[in-house]
Order: sequence, then structure tokens, then C-alpha cells
Amino acid sequence: MTEQAESGWETVIGLEIHVQLNTRSKIFSGASTQFGAEPNSQACAIDLGMPGVLPVVNAAVFPKAVAFGLGVGAEIGMTSVFDRKNYFYPDLPKGYQITQMDYPIVRGGKVDVLLPSGITKTVRLTRAHLEEDAGKSLHEEFQGATGIDLNRAGTPLLEIVSEPEMSSAVEAVAYARTIHQLVTYLDVSDGDMSQGSFRCDANVSVRRIGTPDLGTRTETKNVNSFRFLERAIDFEVARQIQILEGGGRIIQETRLYDPDKDETRPMRSKETATDYRYFPEPDLLPVVINEKFVADVRATMPELPAARRQRFESQFKLSNDDATFLSSSLPLAKYFEQAGQTAEDFRLAANWVRVELLGMLNKQGLDIGESLISATQLGELLRRIKDGTISGKIGKSIFDALWAGDATSVDEYIESHGLRQVSDSDTLTPIIEKIINDNTQQAEQYRSGKTKLLGFFVGQVMKETGGKANPQQVNDLVKTALDQAPP
Amino acid sequence: MKVSKEVVEQVAELSQLNIPENEINDVIESLNQVLALVEEMQSVDTTDVPVMANPLDATQTLRADKVTEPDQRGRFQEIAPDARDGLYVVPRVVE
Repeated sequence: MTEQAESGWETVIGLEIHVQLNTRSKIFSGASTQFGAEPNSQACAIDLGMPGVLPVVNAAVFPKAVAFGLGVGAEIGMTSVFDRKNYFYPDLPKGYQITQMDYPIVRGGKVDVLLPSGITKTVRLTRAHLEEDAGKSLHEEFQGATGIDLNRAGTPLLEIVSEPEMSSAVEAVAYARTIHQLVTYLDVSDGDMSQGSFRCDANVSVRRIGTPDLGTRTETKNVNSFRFLERAIDFEVARQIQILEGGGRIIQETRLYDPDKDETRPMRSKETATDYRYFPEPDLLPVVINEKFVADVRATMPELPAARRQRFESQFKLSNDDATFLSSSLPLAKYFEQAGQTAEDFRLAANWVRVELLGMLNKQGLDIGESLISATQLGELLRRIKDGTISGKIGKSIFDALWAGDATSVDEYIESHGLRQVSDSDTLTPIIEKIINDNTQQAEQYRSGKTKLLGFFVGQVMKETGGKANPQQVNDLVKTALDQAPP
Repeated sequence: MKVSKEVVEQVAELSQLNIPENEINDVIESLNQVLALVEEMQSVDTTDVPVMANPLDATQTLRADKVTEPDQRGRFQEIAPDARDGLYVVPRVVE
């Protein structure tokens, strides 16, 4: 805000996010949507736009779109209609894209976006509609020709359109992250940005503060990482301000972000292409859903990220930071809750999941779903730390053993390796006495005021007991023994 | 409403149709006949009539999310004008 006030310019951003739905087959054909197949091996006659073929709608796209709509509190289009958007490009062999124009499946809605500053901003959605993806053009493969891979053609997309309500790249990224979290929570999409499952188009314009009308906007297309989205918007805002301050005009155009050069540049002029000549798709009938359908979808929806974050704070007394982090993905949230429940201590579980488990996962480049320690195993381990059976230090060694597959049951491992914490003063006292007798010089120094040496004695006892002694208890016992008059 | 030569030329370009110069007047005339019919239809009062997305009194049946199409790339590429390395090859399009 202050930055804007200083420059005298205000930024207006709206995002169109294309989310690939995680179905097995395409939206209008029975071809596979599997990523990474041989070029065109998953492009059937319908995807190729062969004469005489007809689209048949995949039922799986509707519950997913409706779940998203419910997740953002939108009106669900009980009757949704497909339309043709006409344009010529080789990656769209039919000459039109089947999409939804006037009667989309999701109408309106809003999301609460938690900004890095800690402030929550509500961003309204215009709509979200179902459509098919186009194929891929490869310009570098052949001299003077373009290669076309139509495997992606017909892949189901949900295009989520926001109102132009974001005023900085940081806000736009926070909004995109919120949508990403929501669609992965709801199992609408795998959200894999490296495979193009989540792509952002940013509509950006600037205007002098206090100007009522929006400035001319540009659209930067197909940004497939949050980092690039932030950089692309920042570049575009700076470019537009520079042009306007130099007395120039912004041209309404489509631009492409080049991460190597960190700049946006014009892609194609929309001047003749703006006329998409939409009309209702004559090959498809309206799709009608009823209240029961919507209720069934609602019943299968998990608790959403924002609600879960609040519950983690209030029910488990987690810090805002821990709650935000642990609710960030559904698998992580489930893992944490299971571990906490087994341990009967959620704050202990929060700490171990964040520090030990994620430290290990990051080191090995693994995902939470690939953890070699189950949530129940971690919970059992933490329960033994909590009830004093083992020390935290021994706990870490058992954690490593579980990870390496050397242990399966925590309790069995503790018993078989004799790791039970020694809190029995009858066992500890003789050890402590022996150590004091062996180190009379240090004991003298301690008694004459060098109390820092307490740590030395505690360390010796811990060493003698193989780390199994209860450190707090050793501390107390050593102190008492040393404070007594020398024998 | 009547279409002009410019409108016809623009729509032809959008549709990638090549209309020879000596045929353009015929095209304008036949389009204008169609539009005259549309204009006549627009005199019907449609207040309170809901917009109809499809003339059939039916709704769409849906198919289960199953992969049913096998890979027939070989057969499709046999009839393509040009295909190399599994890709369909077209004249260069540059963005």
C-alpha cells in the first residue's frame, strides 16, 4: 500500500486459473489423460476432431466442479450449458473449444486469502466453468514446421475466474495459493504445476490513484509457478507504469512470461481474434443436476483448510504458524492429527512432525505420503516420550530406527534394546556417588562456588547410563549429592 | 440489419474462408436474405419466455469416467498429410 502511495499508481489484478481435473479419461472422450505418454498415443478420433464424431460428457467432472463451487460458497448452476468458442489454431483441430459461456457450473463465490502480512483479504470469484484443454504445439522440433501433440486435447479443465480485486503480485500469489490448496484438498486436481495441472493467466492494469476507470489491461498467459507469477506481475506493473509515465499508451494484448529473461513479451494480437463467436454447442444437451446430487457432493467434502487451521488453533492450542503450516495440505493435516491423537499430545506431535519428520522428508526429497514412518508409529513414539518411558534423545534414535526399518513396534523396540528411561533413584544414586568419588577435584571446585560444573556431572551420569537416565531427575539427584558435605 | 462488404470480409477471415472477389456480392445478398428472416422473427414478443439452450426437451446423459479408447495413432497418422516422430506436422505457426 505504502509503496503504491509513493509511486502514485494503483495496480489492479484479476486471475484466470486453469485447473486440470484429475479424471482418468477426457471430458468428451474415453481417451486416457495420463501424463507423459508417447505423443498422440492418447488422442482419439473425438480429440482429433474427426468428421462425424460426437462428444460424450464424462460424469466425473460434475462432482468435482460442484465440490469447488461449494468450497467457495458459490451458486451451483443446476442447469449448465456447453458452448463453442471458435478460433483457428493447429492445437485445436475442431476449430472450436467446447466451454461454458452463459450458464457455467459455478457462479460467483469468494475465498478468504491469508496474506503474508497476517491480514485476511476476501477475493470474489466471477465464475468457474468446465472446458476442454487444447493440444501442445512444438515449434522447435522441425525446421520451418510445427509439431502437434494432441494428448492433452480434451483434458477436462475448470477455469476459475476472479474479480479484478487484487492490488499486488503478493496478493495475487496468495490468492492463487489459496485456490491451489482448495482444489488439492477437495481432490478436484492433483495441482501438479510442473505437469501443467494448475496454470495462471494474470490480467494486469495500472491506474493513477483516485482514477475511477480501470486502465487498459494486458493478459500474461500460462504462468505455471507461483514464483513466476509474482515476477511476471511485478515486471508487467513496472513496464506499464514506465510506459504511462513516459506519455505512452498500453496496448491490450496477450503476453508471455519468459522466466529465463525475467520479462513478459507480446504473444499474439487479439485484434482480429477477439471475436470468438460463441454459440451453444449443438452436439450437447444441457446438463441438469438436482439438490440431492449437490447434497451428496457436500457430504463427501473434507473439512476445508481455513476451518481446519482455526480448529488446530482452538482445539489443539497450536500457534498460528504451526496451525497454518500443518493445515496446508490434506495429507499433512491428516498425518499430524493421527500422530497427535495416538500420542495424546498435539503440540508435541506438531513439533515432531515439523522438525523431525519434515526435516527427514526434505533431506530425502520425499512427500508426506511417502514417509517411511506411519502417523500411528510416530504417535506411539511420542506417547512414550510424553509418559516418561523414554527420553527425547532416545526418542530421536528410535525415530531413526523406525525410518531405517530396524524397528516396527515402538514398545517392542524399547524393551528389546533396553531403552526404558531410568528414573529409579535406587539405580541412579550409586552411579552418581561413584562419579563424584572418581572426580573429587571437580566436586571440590563445585562446592567452592563453580556451580557450572553441575553440567559436567550430569553429562557423566548420562554417559554412564547410555542416555537412558531421566535428565531432570539426574540433575536433581546430582545437585543434592554434591550439596551434601564431603564424606 | 444489413451486412456490409467489410463485415463479410472480416467474418470470412475469422472463419478462414476464401471468398473470391466476384462472388462477394452474391454472398452479401444471401446473407442479407437470411438476416431479413431473422429480423422478421424478432418481431415476435418473447417477454417472459426463458432462453432455450437446446430445442430438444431432454438433458444430457453422461458416461462413466473410464478409459475406453485404445491407442490408434498409427491409423490416424497414416491418413495425416504429414506426421513425424509421433507428431502431426503443420506449416509453422509462430506466436
